[in-house]
Amino acid sequence: MAKTAEQIRADLLRPLVRTSPAYWFAVAVAGSMVLAGVFAFSYQVYHGLGVWGLNWPVFWAFDITNFVFWIGISHAGTLISAILRLANASWRRPVTRCAEAITVFALSIGAIIPICHLGRPWLFFWLVPYPSERHIWPNFRSPLLWDFVAILTYLSGSSLFLLLPMIPDAGAARDLVKGWRKHLYSLMSLGWEGTPKQWHRLESAMHIMAIAIIPVAVSVHTIVSWDFAMTPVPGWHSTIFGPYFVVGAIFSGVAGLILAMALLRKFLHLEDYLEPIHFDHLGKLLLTFSLLWVYFTFAEHITAWYGNDVAEMNVLWATIRGPFAPLFWAMVFCNFIIPFPLLAIKRLRTITGTCIASCTIVIGMWLERFLIIVPTLETKFLPYSWGSYSPTWVEITLTVAGFGMMALLYLVFSKLVPMISMWELEAGVRKAPIYRRQAVHFEPQAATAKAGLAGAEPFATDVSR
Amino acid sequence: MKALYALYSDPDAAQRAVNSLKLSGGSLGIGERQIVVVSSEPFDGYDFSDEHSQTRIFLIASLGGICGALLGLLFVRFTQFVYPLPTGGMPIAPHWTNGIITYETTMLGAILTTVVTLLVTAQLPHFGPRLSDPEIWQGKILVGVTDPPEKARPELEKQLRLAGASQVKTV
Repeated sequence: MAKTAEQIRADLLRPLVRTSPAYWFAVAVAGSMVLAGVFAFSYQVYHGLGVWGLNWPVFWAFDITNFVFWIGISHAGTLISAILRLANASWRRPVTRCAEAITVFALSIGAIIPICHLGRPWLFFWLVPYPSERHIWPNFRSPLLWDFVAILTYLSGSSLFLLLPMIPDAGAARDLVKGWRKHLYSLMSLGWEGTPKQWHRLESAMHIMAIAIIPVAVSVHTIVSWDFAMTPVPGWHSTIFGPYFVVGAIFSGVAGLILAMALLRKFLHLEDYLEPIHFDHLGKLLLTFSLLWVYFTFAEHITAWYGNDVAEMNVLWATIRGPFAPLFWAMVFCNFIIPFPLLAIKRLRTITGTCIASCTIVIGMWLERFLIIVPTLETKFLPYSWGSYSPTWVEITLTVAGFGMMALLYLVFSKLVPMISMWELEAGVRKAPIYRRQAVHFEPQAATAKAGLAGAEPFATDVSR
Repeated sequence: MKALYALYSDPDAAQRAVNSLKLSGGSLGIGERQIVVVSSEPFDGYDFSDEHSQTRIFLIASLGGICGALLGLLFVRFTQFVYPLPTGGMPIAPHWTNGIITYETTMLGAILTTVVTLLVTAQLPHFGPRLSDPEIWQGKILVGVTDPPEKARPELEKQLRLAGASQVKTV
């Protein structure tokens, strides 16, 4: 598909100024889910944390499941974007911003959940390490505090990683739109001019950020896994929990990214930019991580089974053939049995195929987080400490609200910022080998006349490559 | 700000314009700082772009990382020794766990330093007058001279046209 710079900007800025009824419908649905969550949270604040289904011995359940799940989803964006940037994979260009936005929003949602879990959430700032008359200082030996620091670092880095490449696009929007948006983009662009010096500094900064953010992303989910693995209880005290969680996080994150891209493609009419080839590439990545997930899950469970420790076996049997067996096998189906053929067979690895696989994977990975947490807490070392857990409507509503919040943030973001980085796309078009080949025989006037755009330089290449 | 500029469809023409402006700049009373190039995308591989590629941002980011590590370590150890928690005979300031916090503050230091360095060296934010044209966003490259001497204008206009510009604009 041949696209001029002008067409690229027109296509990508259009969703900012035009709003379809489908968009408002989506906002209404997502907003209703968030409002339901606000109501549930208000109910919880008024009545206390007892309205959750938590009880001895299960003090972590839906909330921490959601926390781990959303932190995992956040791994789609910045990590994948950074890897693709460093690898100079040119197909990344239409994908990166969609991905980076997922990271920032998913991390923000994930970070809110522990605050909701506090007995008195309005006093959450007591957790912040500052000297006070309470003399309560955080325990730096606790994985929960490592979590706080790691998520803070990742959220800061990811937000900046998202915002920096938006500066030139805000500069373009500033000069091309009118009304209140012009003021907004003037502020967002920070007075961007587009001089060679600014471009070089931005690219250098993005390169360094990409290098720095990859180890941070890996550390974040490793540390989340240590919330569990540092505890000597059956099912958790495992040396492979770090990589197991990182693989699971990227797995669920890529699935989330594919779903987000498919929705953007449909609702913002970005068919010319988010092409089947992108879904094909991400589908292959998803397939790789599906296989890795199976490998890690098998390794984790067979080690417990072979060791035959009584406490470990109790958790294992409760998970795979006890009360949690339906959820466990649903998880296996969702994470491997259904996605594997859809992603492995080239003919099925279409946009629809990858979306179906991604849907099942998102469900499967949520179940996986739940199955890591609850069976262990229900089935600790001694039978006298065993218990059971079932969620209340408050927890279910807050879980649903998390998804609604993600959708709402994404929808609002898509109205404020072009969901595809325009300058990176143009740079990619210009650098594409086909452009150089055709440039030898390039006739600007004839091509411009054909495109019907006086003054615009035609780029005769496929923007997705 | 007064300026004289032209728009070019391809970077080779923009490069020719920059070269001729630089060559004749001395005789026309124009410094290199007055020659401005503005584009909607980066153009690597051209002198007008690559002459700005030298940067110490990597070094500064590394120093920022070291500062982050030191601050993180000092903060953690200070806290642990000033407000010691009962550890059952274990170290008050264990290196393994402090290493995790220090690692994160190292990366945070590097990231924040990178962003601050970018903003300072790219002179952002900057809300003063700037040389721009809406056609830049159609893929054109702007090459111009800011505050040119009045007597040099005809010669500058001629040189910009010779490089391939169909129109020379003034602001």
